[in-house]
Amino acid sequence: MTVFRPESLEHIKDAVAWAADNSTPLEITGSGTKRAVGRTMQTEASLDLSGLAGITLYEPEELVLSAWAGTLRSEAEAALKKNAQQFAFEPPDLSRLLGTEHAGTLAGMTAANLAGPRRIKAGAARDHFLGFHGVSGRGEIFRSGGRVVKNVTGYDLSKVLAGSWGTLAVMSSVTYKVLPAPETQKTVVVAGLDDATATSAMAAAMKSSCEVSGAAHLPAGVASCSAVADISAIGNSATVLRLEGIAPSVEFRKDKLIRILSGFGESAVLEAVPSSDLWTEIRDVHYLASSPDLLVWRISVPPMDGQKVLAAIGQATEVTAFYDWAGGLIWAAVPVSEHGSAEIIRGSAAMTSGHATLIRAPAGLRAALPVFQPQPASLAALSARLKQAFDPKGILNPGRMYP
Amino acid sequence: MSRLVMPEPNGALLAGRARIARDLRTICPGEGVIDAPGEMKAYESDGLTAYRQVPLVVVLPETTQQVSEVLRYCHKNDIPVVPRGAGTSLSGGALPLEDGVLLGLGKFNRILEIDYDNRCAVVQPGVTNLAITQAVEHEGFYYAPDPSSQIACSIGGNVAENAGGVHCLKYGLTTNNVLGLEMVLITGEVIRLGGKHMDCEGYDMLGLMTGSEGLLGVVTEVTVRILQKPETARALLIGFPSSAQAGQCVADVISAGIIAGGMEMMDKPAIHAAEEFVHAGYPLEAEALLIVELDGPEAEVDHLIDRVSQIAKSNAADTVRVSQSEEERMAFWAGRKAAFPAVGRISPDYYCMDGTIPRNQLPRVLAGMQEMSRKYALRVANVFHAGDGNLHPLILYDANKPGELERAEDFGADILKLCVEVGGVLTGEHGVGVEKRDLMPEMFSETDLAHQQRVKCAFDDKNLLNPGKVFPTLHRCAELGRMHIHGGRIAFPDIPRF
Repeated sequence: MTVFRPESLEHIKDAVAWAADNSTPLEITGSGTKRAVGRTMQTEASLDLSGLAGITLYEPEELVLSAWAGTLRSEAEAALKKNAQQFAFEPPDLSRLLGTEHAGTLAGMTAANLAGPRRIKAGAARDHFLGFHGVSGRGEIFRSGGRVVKNVTGYDLSKVLAGSWGTLAVMSSVTYKVLPAPETQKTVVVAGLDDATATSAMAAAMKSSCEVSGAAHLPAGVASCSAVADISAIGNSATVLRLEGIAPSVEFRKDKLIRILSGFGESAVLEAVPSSDLWTEIRDVHYLASSPDLLVWRISVPPMDGQKVLAAIGQATEVTAFYDWAGGLIWAAVPVSEHGSAEIIRGSAAMTSGHATLIRAPAGLRAALPVFQPQPASLAALSARLKQAFDPKGILNPGRMYP
Repeated sequence: MSRLVMPEPNGALLAGRARIARDLRTICPGEGVIDAPGEMKAYESDGLTAYRQVPLVVVLPETTQQVSEVLRYCHKNDIPVVPRGAGTSLSGGALPLEDGVLLGLGKFNRILEIDYDNRCAVVQPGVTNLAITQAVEHEGFYYAPDPSSQIACSIGGNVAENAGGVHCLKYGLTTNNVLGLEMVLITGEVIRLGGKHMDCEGYDMLGLMTGSEGLLGVVTEVTVRILQKPETARALLIGFPSSAQAGQCVADVISAGIIAGGMEMMDKPAIHAAEEFVHAGYPLEAEALLIVELDGPEAEVDHLIDRVSQIAKSNAADTVRVSQSEEERMAFWAGRKAAFPAVGRISPDYYCMDGTIPRNQLPRVLAGMQEMSRKYALRVANVFHAGDGNLHPLILYDANKPGELERAEDFGADILKLCVEVGGVLTGEHGVGVEKRDLMPEMFSETDLAHQQRVKCAFDDKNLLNPGKVFPTLHRCAELGRMHIHGGRIAFPDIPRF
C-alpha cells in the first residue's frame, strides 16, 4: 500500500491530485488514533499528516493558535498550559477507550469535532475552529475562515470541515480560538439519586446563575469504578456539578449551588485536585475503557430525554452507561451482537430527537451497521451533494460516514 | 444606486409578472401576495439604503407548507428568490431583484415553545431578537447575541447573517447559540437540522446555514439556546491618552485571563459625537475610551473590577471610573449605544464599515485610516468591539455633494483592504451581501471562492436563491463541477513513501 507522508501543503495537493487522477481511494489520517472509528473503508493508499506538524502562530493575548494539521494535541496543549490557556471545549482524550497510544492530532480533533464536559457552556471544537488551509478531493488548495473570532466573510466552511471525518478535504493547517484556563475548580456531589431525579437536579443547577461548567451523573455501577476515592467510596450513584473560575467566585457559587440542590439531598464538595481528576475520567470515558469487548455508543439527545432513552435501552439489553452534558450525552457500553443494539438505541420511542454514533466496535460490525445516525432522505441527499461538491471522485475516506 | 452591477434581469420573467403573481396567489391567497408597485416600495431596500430595487412580486407566506410551495414553484419556473426577515441588513443581503420574488418571513412571528429545563426556545424566524429575551426574562433567562438592531432585527435574519453584538467574545455569535433549524430548500424540500440536543448529526449543515446570507435555504423555524442572566454586571469607563495604550490595556486584560462580558473602544471623534448627543460624562480630552463590562457573581465582578482598574492604570489611563449603580452602568453604555445616531447628528450621512482585525494591529489600522481620511477629505469616527477585534469605522459624508458617496465607498473599500492586509477579514458581523461582494477577491483566491460556490450548488443548483449576493462572479454549477485532468502524473519524488 502506498503511504504518503506530506511535509508541505504542496505535497498534499500532489498526493490528492494523483489519487483523483487515478480514482484511488485514500485513507486520510492525522496520527491514526481514531482509525477504528467510522464505517470500515476500502482504501488503496493512505495520506498520513503526522509529518506536517508544529505550531506556526500562537499569540496568547490575541487568543489564537495556528498549527500544521498533524501537530500532536499534546504539543499544542502543553504550549497553551504554559500560558494558562486551553481549548475551552475540553477535547476528550479517547486513547484509553480506543486503545491507542495518545490523544492524536489537531486534525483528528477537528475532523471528529470533539467536545468534553464543558460542551454545555463553551461549545464543541466547531465553535472554536476559526479557519483552515487544505486540499479538497479535487486536488486543489483552498482556505476558509481566518484568525479572528468575528468573521462572516463567505460561507463558514470550518463548520462543515469540523466533524467531517476527513471525507470532504485534507486539512493542512488549522487555526483555533483559545481561552484562559480557569484558575481553580470545585465539584459539588449529590449522592444516591436515581437517573430521573439526577436529571432534574442537573436541570436545576443549569437553570441557576451558578455557571456550571460540567454536569454529569454516574449511576452506582459506574461511580464505583471511579479512581477518585471520594466518588467510589459513595457506594451509590453520584451526580456531579463542576464550578470553575477565580477562587472567590467558585467559593460563592459552590455555596449557592448547595442551597439550590438542598431539596435533592445533601451535597459534598470535591476540591480542585480530585475535581480535576474526576472530570478527566468523565471526559475521557475511562469507565467504559476497562472492558474492551463491549460496544460503545455515544448518544446526544435533549438533556431531559437522556434518562428516558437510557431506561428504554436498559429494558432491551444489558448496558453500562453514564450521563454527561446535564443528561444530554450518554456514553453506553453494550454487549457485542450482530445488530449492535443499533435499533434498540435509535428506534427507541424515547429518542425523538438526537443522534447515536457507534464509537467503538469491531471492524466487521462497522462494515455492517450504520455507524453514524442514518438521515432522512432529503438530508441524506443533501449530504451526498455536499460530499460530491468537495470530493467529486469520492476518494477521501470514502464510505467512512455514509455508504 | 452607485456602481453596483446586479445580474441581468430575465425579460421573460418581467413580462410574465402578472401571471406569476396570479400563480403565487393560489399558494398564498389574499394579502399573501403584493404586486402593486406602490405597496412593494416598502420592500425596495434593507438597512443599506444606498441601494434600492422594487422586486417583481412580494410574497408573504404564513406556513412552512406555503414557503415550500412557493419555492417549488419558483424552482420549476426558474424565478430568483430573495428571502427577507426584518430588512435590517447593513450589507444589502435583502436587496430585491427586478426579476425576483421577494419572500418576506414577517408573518412567521410566533414563539412556539420555551423549554427552560432543556434551556432552549423554539421560535419562528420573524420573531425579533429582543422578543426572545423578553419572552424568557421573567424566569431570569436571556438570548445572548445582541446586535445593536436587536429591537427590530429578526432571528431568521440573525441566522442568515450570523449576527453578533457586543458580548461575542464571552457568549459567542449566533452560530454558537443556535441548536436547530427547520429550513426549506429551493426545491421545496423541508429539512430539519439539529434540535434541542447538542451538535448537528452528520455534516454540520447548521453551521453552514448560519451566515449563508439567504443563499442556501429559507429558514422557517429556529431553536436557540437561552442562558441564565449573570447575577450582576458592572462597567469601567477608562480614558487613555492614545489608542495604542487602550489597545495594550485590552491585551493585558486578556493576558491576565479575564474574559470581559463586553469591551468596547471609541476614538476621539466618536467620543465627542457621543458626548454631545447623550452627555454620558465621557472624558473629552481622551484620545481613546474603553468601556469594560464584567458580569457574573458579585464576588467575581468586584474582584475583577479591581484587577482591570490596576491594569488600566499601569497603561497610563487618565480616567478610570467604576459604575456604582445600575443607572451609572447604563449611562456608560448610553454613549456607545448611541454612537451611530450621534455621528449621524454631526454629518448628513455616514457609511458604517465592519472589518475585523487582529487586535494588536489596531494602532496600525487607525493610523492608516487617518492617512486615508486626508486622502479622501472625509472624516472618520471609530467604534471598536475591542474584545473580538471587530472595527466599525463610520465614514462621514454628504450624499447631496456630488461624488462624496463614491469617495466614501472608495475610502471604505480601502479600509477593508487594509483589514485583510493585516490578517483580518472584510466583515465581522454585517455580512458580505452586495456591499462587500466585489471585495471578496481581496481575501479569497478564485479557487477558494469556487469551493464556496460549489457548496451553493449542492443546495441550489440553479442559482435561484439570492443571486448576485456574496459572490462577485456567477458561475454555472456545471462549469464549477468540471474536474480538470491533471495528466495522470505518477512520480512524486519529493514525497517520502514507506
